[in-house]
Amino acid sequence: MSRMISYEKKDTPVHALSGITKLIFFVLWCLISAFTFDTRVLIVMLCFGVAIYLIAGIRWKQVGGVFLAIMLFMTANLIGIFLFAPYQGTEIYGSRTEIAHLFGHYTLTKEQLFYEFNVFIKYFTVIPSVFIFLVTTDPSELASSMNAIGIPYKIAYSVEIALRYIPDIQDEFHKIRNAQAARGIEMSSKGKLLARIKNTALIIFPLLFSSMERIDVVSNAMELRGFGKKPRRSWYSRRPFGISDYAVLAFIVLFFAAAMIFTYHDGDRFYNPFL
Amino acid sequence: MENRAPIIEFSDVSFKYRAQQEPTLKNIDLKIYPGEKILIAGQSGSGKSTLAHCLNALIPCSFTGELTGTLRVCGEEPQALGVFGMSKMVGTVLQDTDGQFIALTVGEDLAFALENDCLPQDEMKKKVAEVADNLELTPLLSNAPGELSGGQKQRVSMGGVMTLDVKILLFDEPLANLDPATGKRTIALIDELMKKEDLTVVIIEHRLEDVLYRDVDRVILMDQGRIIADKTPDELLAGSLLSEHGIREPLYISAIKAAGAEFDASSHPQHIGTMDLTSCRDAVLSWYRETPLKGEKPQGEVLLSFSDVEFSYDEKRKIIKNVSFEVREGEMVALVGKNGAGKSTIASLICGFLKPQKGSIFWKGEDLAFYSIKERGERIGYVMQSPNQMISKPMIFEEVALGLSVRGVPEDEIRKRVEEILRICGLYPFRNWPVSALSFGQKKRVSIASILVMDPKLLILDEPTAGQDYMHYTEIMEFLLDIREKLGVTIMMITHDMHLMLEYTDRALVLADGQLIMNDSPAKVLTDDEVCEKAYLKRTSLYDLSQRCGIETPDDFVARFIEDERSRRK
Repeated sequence: MSRMISYEKKDTPVHALSGITKLIFFVLWCLISAFTFDTRVLIVMLCFGVAIYLIAGIRWKQVGGVFLAIMLFMTANLIGIFLFAPYQGTEIYGSRTEIAHLFGHYTLTKEQLFYEFNVFIKYFTVIPSVFIFLVTTDPSELASSMNAIGIPYKIAYSVEIALRYIPDIQDEFHKIRNAQAARGIEMSSKGKLLARIKNTALIIFPLLFSSMERIDVVSNAMELRGFGKKPRRSWYSRRPFGISDYAVLAFIVLFFAAAMIFTYHDGDRFYNPFL
Repeated sequence: MENRAPIIEFSDVSFKYRAQQEPTLKNIDLKIYPGEKILIAGQSGSGKSTLAHCLNALIPCSFTGELTGTLRVCGEEPQALGVFGMSKMVGTVLQDTDGQFIALTVGEDLAFALENDCLPQDEMKKKVAEVADNLELTPLLSNAPGELSGGQKQRVSMGGVMTLDVKILLFDEPLANLDPATGKRTIALIDELMKKEDLTVVIIEHRLEDVLYRDVDRVILMDQGRIIADKTPDELLAGSLLSEHGIREPLYISAIKAAGAEFDASSHPQHIGTMDLTSCRDAVLSWYRETPLKGEKPQGEVLLSFSDVEFSYDEKRKIIKNVSFEVREGEMVALVGKNGAGKSTIASLICGFLKPQKGSIFWKGEDLAFYSIKERGERIGYVMQSPNQMISKPMIFEEVALGLSVRGVPEDEIRKRVEEILRICGLYPFRNWPVSALSFGQKKRVSIASILVMDPKLLILDEPTAGQDYMHYTEIMEFLLDIREKLGVTIMMITHDMHLMLEYTDRALVLADGQLIMNDSPAKVLTDDEVCEKAYLKRTSLYDLSQRCGIETPDDFVARFIEDERSRRK
């Protein structure tokens, strides 16, 4: 899992962009996707997404597992929407075109299908962009990029610290789990659920204590090298802006504006083919 | 030298931590001159780390308390400049190089202080390149900490403070986490850097012999918050202050003193290679001839055996290659080798955390493959390095009882067994105490007791004495000897400590790149140049002493000395 959606160094136009550009692009992209329910905009975004995915040279192996897991969740979500709000679509689009009566008060309508199709492609515009962002952005650039878009550097740097120490803590967790297993505290699926929860606590405790020790050292080490004393800091691994960065930024801002105007010009964020 | 102005000057400095009754530093007067290399030695609690923290202003800025007297570093008052201000003059290299590695890659970590100082990126890159070149880190600039060896991480730690062009380098126990050969290289590197960069170096370390491997100007010996001695290493080694204040003398010095030979500072005892031994040679030789060597101990039954064991995480790189060995009942065995040589993997294979791809591990002739981790845990106890990694219950009694209660042992039997173990481990008076009220050494005992309560026949300990000073080290090791005697338990230790291996273990299994390259007595291992080099061990200075005294069988000399020391300890 940890090796999946993780950064891979490659030489593609997407990798060459600065982390700041990618972060701004990503944020605006997600905003568009959150605001709009206009099928046409979503389809255009979907096509763009696929194109960027291909340009970025991402291998299926890197993202496949997580992607399938999300698909599963999404299917459940779509079914859930239907079960809890079978007439959401008819409400939104103001018409009711029945296809077939299913059972009880559940009737399948064209409007509902179209609404759920929109939900579906909405996900599809966002998910690949998350993958693309994570797989093509050097983690070292993350904090500096967040700082660049206005997040205070102390908060931005905590992301870097997390990325730095997560593998260490995972490692520590495995060690502690093993040692506790040898004492007879089992975490395997053999045990009963309640016992497993209790046993987890027996691992979390030592993990917490040894992590606390670590936090002490790390915060001293950071202070000894002057972290947090100045209102700003510079970044060693920030990638300098190139022409393509400006081009991409110009594009996404224009696209954002266009998508918003296109979506809201008739005062409704839904595209209604049933009119 | 005395006519120059000191770069560090303590005059009548005392410090009391806010939470404590007694001051930790008492009336310290100390002058350190530019270009000097100073070793501060002392037991835990002697105040040596507190003294160091005064230099980088962590005291009183981060650890608050009452500081009196005057302290000047580079003519400034640390208290006034604060931690950040001092970081530009005093570079502190912490003991835990993993914790000090803050950023995601070597390059970024070297730049960390510069980033905080808001240096423009191009200047930063230039500076980092320069420091990396100095420390031979250039090819590793984009590596993550997980891809580095212990020695490389330490070089990054040094580089991380050197980018600020500091005047003083302060090392807090730099050798604690390193294998002996890497430690030796670190000391050599510090020496080179000092000369190249015009630095003043202050090293806090209780492993005296390893630091003295390169010339040190003065040793400051501390005990109970006071400076006991401020002398050249030669003067200090010729006297008896070190052993009186709980610091371990270099082994060759102990041997010469044990032989009853006389020497003084003028024979330059700092390096065994160049020490003038004219006054000692005869005494050492006659001591060697007169000291009997007891025969081998009777051997117990074979308890554990490895037969052609192979292990790898993936097909490409084998972590363990064709390892075969036996451990007999009642032995104390050391598992040694550099970081990543496969020591922990061997322990994991024994405990069942990992499974061998090829070969088998036998327990009293039975294949261990048929036993689960839990079942193995009833025969083999595994103690992690830090007690904090193991202790999961707030009360001592509960913690020790845990292994039994999860196995469904009846209540009254648990009580009986736990109390018995607590008595053996000297913890009975504390049985109703919370774990948090104990010292580190006591916690270590609790973590060992909680394993012993399951009555294992074999105890595997990961670095049992790491980071402990001589006194606590002796306490832990004597405790292990004691339980070996009382409970008849066989002990296997993963260790970097050559003294421990030489002094306490009967046999050493030496690993290098996943192969067992030697399986013999520690005295033989530590007098074998080729093996020491391959496994990143450090040849014992007793070897040099015996060579220089014209003794032809150095391993025999070493064995006699160790036996003699053991008998005197009792």
